[in-house]
Amino acid sequence: MTEQIDKALAREYEAGFVSDVESETFEPGLNEDVIRRISGMKGEPEWMLEWRLSAFREWLEMEEPEWALVDYPKIDFQSISYYSAPKSMKDKPKSLDEVDPELLRTYEKLGIPLIEQQMLAGIAVDAVFDSVSVVTTFREKLEEAGVIFCPISEAVHKYPDLVRKYLGSVVPKKDNYYAALNCAVFTDGSFVYIPKGTRCPMELSTYFRINEQNTGQFERTLIVADEGSHVSYLEGCTAPQRDENQLHAAVVELVAMDDAEIKYSTVQNWYPGDENGKGGIYNFVTKRGVCHTNAKISWTQVETGSSVTWKYPSCILKGDNSVGEFYSVALTRGRQQADTGTKMIHIGKNTKSTIISKGISAGRSNNSYRGLVRMNPGAEGARNFTQCDSLLIGDQCGAHTFPYVESRNPSAIVEHEATTSKVSDEQMFLCRQRGLDPEKAVSMIVNGFCKEVFKELPMEFAVEAGKLLEISLEGSVG
Amino acid sequence: MSNTKSLLTIKDLHASVEEKQIIKGLDLDVKPGEVHAIMGPNGAGKSTLGYVLSGRDGYSVESGSVMLDEEDLLEMETEDRARAGLFLAFQYPVEIPGVSNLEFLKASVDAQREARGEDAITSADFLKEAKAACKQVNLPVAFLKRGVNEGFSGGEKKRNELMQMLLLKPKLCILDETDSGLDIDALQVVAEGVNSQRSADRSFIVVTHYQRLLDYIKPDFVHVLSDGKIVKSGDASLALELEAQGYAWLQKEPVEDELEG
Repeated sequence: MTEQIDKALAREYEAGFVSDVESETFEPGLNEDVIRRISGMKGEPEWMLEWRLSAFREWLEMEEPEWALVDYPKIDFQSISYYSAPKSMKDKPKSLDEVDPELLRTYEKLGIPLIEQQMLAGIAVDAVFDSVSVVTTFREKLEEAGVIFCPISEAVHKYPDLVRKYLGSVVPKKDNYYAALNCAVFTDGSFVYIPKGTRCPMELSTYFRINEQNTGQFERTLIVADEGSHVSYLEGCTAPQRDENQLHAAVVELVAMDDAEIKYSTVQNWYPGDENGKGGIYNFVTKRGVCHTNAKISWTQVETGSSVTWKYPSCILKGDNSVGEFYSVALTRGRQQADTGTKMIHIGKNTKSTIISKGISAGRSNNSYRGLVRMNPGAEGARNFTQCDSLLIGDQCGAHTFPYVESRNPSAIVEHEATTSKVSDEQMFLCRQRGLDPEKAVSMIVNGFCKEVFKELPMEFAVEAGKLLEISLEGSVG
Repeated sequence: MSNTKSLLTIKDLHASVEEKQIIKGLDLDVKPGEVHAIMGPNGAGKSTLGYVLSGRDGYSVESGSVMLDEEDLLEMETEDRARAGLFLAFQYPVEIPGVSNLEFLKASVDAQREARGEDAITSADFLKEAKAACKQVNLPVAFLKRGVNEGFSGGEKKRNELMQMLLLKPKLCILDETDSGLDIDALQVVAEGVNSQRSADRSFIVVTHYQRLLDYIKPDFVHVLSDGKIVKSGDASLALELEAQGYAWLQKEPVEDELEG
């Protein structure tokens, strides 16, 4: 069976094409001058540059983390280019008509038409290409509701007070090695502000595309949901198929004020590298949200891409009665490695968290769940429920679970359930005996395994995610 | 009947599991509409026969031939055998958590129809058929929404197998010890379901250890399988004889291993 799995898993990565766009790309290398140039390209105010430089100085003193169960050669940070933007973006196109058609075609090929009339109704998109935002749709409609949805580079100019107040407030500059690096060199990303008592009238989404060779993508997303507001946000990611590894080190910060709710969904499909582990994206991401009183943050992620994933979307449940959720499907195959999970930090009273993690490993991949549930002394009556399920396809892959629980309040309740199962020969035989081909059988079994997570995704994306898994598993078992 | 074309013809079949020979020269001829019972002691190769015919991984055919509807069954992939009309009702149906019965059944029916070049059935029509099938096997309609066999009792699993058979409408049904673990009421429901499906263009191979099931499903032929071969064939009365006398009088030598239940 293993031989057939290996053979069948050698499928095409559909988003692996390269767009022929003339770009302005920095020479590889990282120093204070490079940071000044990035800041200069963005025409940033002095405070922003100073913030970057102080992060860079912190970063120089820090060590690359090595505790994750992933193995990759040391990254040479001097061989990476830290800025690349299509030349056509230099004049800052005012409308879609002024955007380079090749860029629009790129997104169309990826299934994300940026022409508003052609888009799924009710979804606004910010399209980020390498280091710049290409276009943000439906902005006027959102502005009517008082919602701000724009590239973060623009927010620095237009809403400096909000950005200064919240940037780095959830993930401090020296939080970790990659976060510090991101603070120093971040190029673009999305900024969202939902005013008090507002329910965002549409789904917001950002689509990240890495195109240029030897560049890193360092995006920065900041979402602030003011008191009693509500927003659902989705991000998607793809990159061309290249033999060199590329670094993607993003930081996402969420702030949910009192009674606010943020639902953040990710469908991550960065290039995973080839069957022998050549190429692919290093996806080293810090995502964290803070919940004030009665607030709720829900992370849902479907991770199928990247050669190495290091990612722990977390919630700081600061306010009383706040709620944190983490729903995750992580699929690894070939030589992919994923070390992913969450941290739920219970500070307020009666805070609640739920963690549902589904790891699927195939080929020679390694898939680890790593999670921390911490009940602080003040977290009276706090509750956590964790369920970690691993599914193995074939016999050369690995699934690992590293749950950390720290409880400093005797009234807090922490529950943890974990299972490991295989796509069994019996299940495969039953499906095939009923007339299903092996590919369909595996994707059906895997989809069933992930059901609890998929139902958390916004409807349109649940279907997408199911299809993505189907493609990822194309011909995976015989 | 002897002038009709055969649906299934097995000739001198030798097959093994993990390099151990289990089927040792088996012949069987099944014509459309016939019901054949295969009885025998534990370890005779009864379940193995069903797995070999349906093409389960790990079961290899060493020699002999099997023709289904004049096609070489042994050349086909597992799923193609199913699409050609072969259905195996499992002795121990496996669970597929999170995949709803309805989803599973619709996908199976779609795959089979597509392979035969038939139009896809609409979801609404299929739901109607599925509900009717539920009713027929005495399962609440809510079972369509539950995961395949997930948390089903033994009897419910068997009835679920039967429901799949009703919807897939196979030409040849192999019932692998469908009676095992069933109480008399459940047995009757299953038997009635099978009887309702008997027709001139559907044949059955009923594999069973006990005569009991054959009180409800009347076979046209009864065969005794012992040590990988059919050692005796007869009509329904043979089953009664076996019930009275056991299998020992038919066995020339003791069975080596109890490979199956």
